[in-house]
Amino acid sequence: MIYQLIFVLILLILAYFIGTHLEKKHYKSIIEREKKLNALPAIAIKTPPTDGNFQQQLVLGSVTISVDYFKRFLASLHNFFGGRVTSYETLLDRARREALLRMKEAAMEKKATLILNVKYETASIYKGRNSTIGSVEVLAYGTAMIPYE
Amino acid sequence: MLISNLEILPNQTIVKHLGLVQGSSVRAKHIGRDIMAGLKNLFGGELKGYTELLQESREEAMQRLQLQAEALGANAIINVRFSTSSIAQGAAEIYVYGTAVIIE
Repeated sequence: MIYQLIFVLILLILAYFIGTHLEKKHYKSIIEREKKLNALPAIAIKTPPTDGNFQQQLVLGSVTISVDYFKRFLASLHNFFGGRVTSYETLLDRARREALLRMKEAAMEKKATLILNVKYETASIYKGRNSTIGSVEVLAYGTAMIPYE
Repeated sequence: MLISNLEILPNQTIVKHLGLVQGSSVRAKHIGRDIMAGLKNLFGGELKGYTELLQESREEAMQRLQLQAEALGANAIINVRFSTSSIAQGAAEIYVYGTAVIIE
């Protein structure tokens, strides 16, 4: 019994440090790439610009991210007391931003200058014990407008 | 074939609407990926295996969508939407739908 408790505690501490490190690293790379891809606007407007000659193509970006053990533990505590569940908020924030970045990268490769009608699609694909959300998949998609050369 | 999620196509006119076309794909992860995902779940981070799996099944769904549109004689699909649902513990369904049209 006591060994089990120690094991869980060690796991929690390990998950906390590694998970926090990974998240910080991810946020750093997200912010860096967001600066780089800021030049390519991705907007939710449906009507295409009337001036200019464009070719259009669907672009996608998707990512699957999971939370660490420690955060899931925290979230289950939050479930008991209520309130904001920050651990899931950052998970979804990371996933959405990463998906958008991947979509922009795909559009960049095709030399697009604008992405129209951007939509998000979220699905929880892995459910852990007690049906707590373990990981989410986010898909961002839109129509890339590629100017004719 | 032109695939777009806009409703209006610039510089092109729609000659005929052929109705809704759809494509779906249900995939399960194999056990090796599941074990790796279980480990990754401990420390968090991206589950690359799942990302790839879902991308593959999305491509398959889109292929089916295109086949259906081609069978109707369409040369473009507009207003395309994606939808994902987890129907069982180990499987996910990817669903794509749009309107098949003939453009000039």
